[in-house]
Amino acid sequence: MDSEAKSRAKNSNAARRQFIADTARLACGVGLLGLGVGLYSRHATALPPAAIRPPGALPEAEFSGACIRCGMCVRDCPYNILHLAKPEEPMSTGTPYFVARQAPCEMCEDIPCVKACPTGALDHKLIDINKAKMGVAVLVDHETCLSYLGLRCEICYRVCPVIDKAITIDIQTNARTGRHTLFIPVVHSEHCTGCGKCEKACPTQIAAIKVFPIHMAKGQLSGHYRLGWVEKEQAGGSLVAPDVEHQYNLPEGMKYEVGKGLSKLPPADAAPAGPGTSPGLPKAFQGGKL
Amino acid sequence: MSPAPVRPGAEAIAEKGWFLAHKWLLLRRFNQVGILALFLVGPWYGLWIVKGNLSFSYTLNILPLADPYVLLQSLVTGHAPEKLALIGVTIVVAFYLLVGGRTYCSWVCPVNLVTDLANWLRTRLGLKGGAHVSRQTRYWILGMTFVAAAVSGTIAWEMVNPVTMMHRGLTFGIGLGWAVLLAVFLLDLFVMRHGWCGRLCPVGAFYSLIGKFSVLRVRLPARAACNDCMDCFAVCPEQQVIRPALKAIGGAPPLILEANCTNCGRCIDVCSKDVFSFATRFGGSETALPSGKQVGNRV
Repeated sequence: MDSEAKSRAKNSNAARRQFIADTARLACGVGLLGLGVGLYSRHATALPPAAIRPPGALPEAEFSGACIRCGMCVRDCPYNILHLAKPEEPMSTGTPYFVARQAPCEMCEDIPCVKACPTGALDHKLIDINKAKMGVAVLVDHETCLSYLGLRCEICYRVCPVIDKAITIDIQTNARTGRHTLFIPVVHSEHCTGCGKCEKACPTQIAAIKVFPIHMAKGQLSGHYRLGWVEKEQAGGSLVAPDVEHQYNLPEGMKYEVGKGLSKLPPADAAPAGPGTSPGLPKAFQGGKL
Repeated sequence: MSPAPVRPGAEAIAEKGWFLAHKWLLLRRFNQVGILALFLVGPWYGLWIVKGNLSFSYTLNILPLADPYVLLQSLVTGHAPEKLALIGVTIVVAFYLLVGGRTYCSWVCPVNLVTDLANWLRTRLGLKGGAHVSRQTRYWILGMTFVAAAVSGTIAWEMVNPVTMMHRGLTFGIGLGWAVLLAVFLLDLFVMRHGWCGRLCPVGAFYSLIGKFSVLRVRLPARAACNDCMDCFAVCPEQQVIRPALKAIGGAPPLILEANCTNCGRCIDVCSKDVFSFATRFGGSETALPSGKQVGNRV
């Protein structure tokens, strides 16, 4: 009787050991698989710069958790610009994107792609397409930009849906010829929606202006920086000490105005103009002493 | 010389005729292909009945349907969906609570076409054996996908999920996704029988949890008539679900209550004695036993 109980205990012990071994094997195998899948998916959140998310997309780290890869945005885009990432593409499989150089966002006023999103991965709070932040256009290559070369191009400026806000033209002297003007497109990130129309329209072989994800395109000042002129305007006056009018040590008879430079003072009839003096000359040259 | 192997269902075909012995299989294929067709007439012919894919779809701009598994993973990453997805997921969960969670696997999931083909070929080629992997593995993988989602903050399993990859591939362009499907096909063909759907797939595992409480079941009102031909075991993709109900193990009722029964109905087809039928989990009684025969004759 005793030996039977013992062997039964031995059996159950062996069964327990087997169970633990099997469980451990399973857990390790599945754990390894999970590690692989997890790392793979983390790597995929490094979106390639040419892939632009649709309007209203949450920041990439949140987006890849919020987007369920259903493609409703793709279907409701009236211009068919959106694709779902294929497994071999270096981003989260099945998530939507567009490539500006192929087909830019047409910035529909009713934003159908956002409305179609069932999870809010495209944020439903975005109701004004001009507030979209799909990316930021950057005039990346000054060496091939036709405007920088002195040509009258400015196509990016003309096609910009937020013209004169997102892209303005900065007029500069063409130092190379000395007699012409450069019409330089300047992007203002505050107004740029990242639609990519400028990149699409750029006439060079490879676009000189490109849309990049905001985190790649934008710098940021350290938190302790204060812009004096902004602070002054907000405060309605200087914050440090009352402004004292600057005293210029100027040649006699001359005046200086900010933005205009030196100019002659209007001839005064009063005393300073003594005999034999000409008002434009410094004192040292006056009086025939030299 | 051993007798030539008789294909499972031969007896049923002889008894009921080919059509009745394939009734549920045909209905199931019709359903699988029909659902795919509904999704495909939009992108192929511009006839928009259903938009989206199996993760979320919108039928005739009225009926939202959302996959509870992918949505739960999204929730685990810390994102709450919009109302439409919540409505969609409620409808889907309610539906599968009625018809059985894994009914999704055999009646809707496109990968079932791939793995059924692999299994058919495996039987035809007489391939036997292979790696042994526990049928519990899928629950471990299911758990892992939630942990991966929580830790990585992304719906990690969607990177490799063959189920959504196939359906999305068909509706939106597959890319190299076919390689993943080929891998699933080869796994089921050469490495293990019913490997993907029966042992590994976390989607099926998830739906089986819904199926624990589902109403529609396979009932065995005539289990006493079983002649132990084993055809149902041969065709069942989740063989372990049949035995308790068929053999009244532990006094089990004549009802397949196992969550992993996919309600494919193949057992109903191939049984020449009409032991099986679809029914609800409630009520119903066993047909009277022929005298002298005992319920649950042990094998």
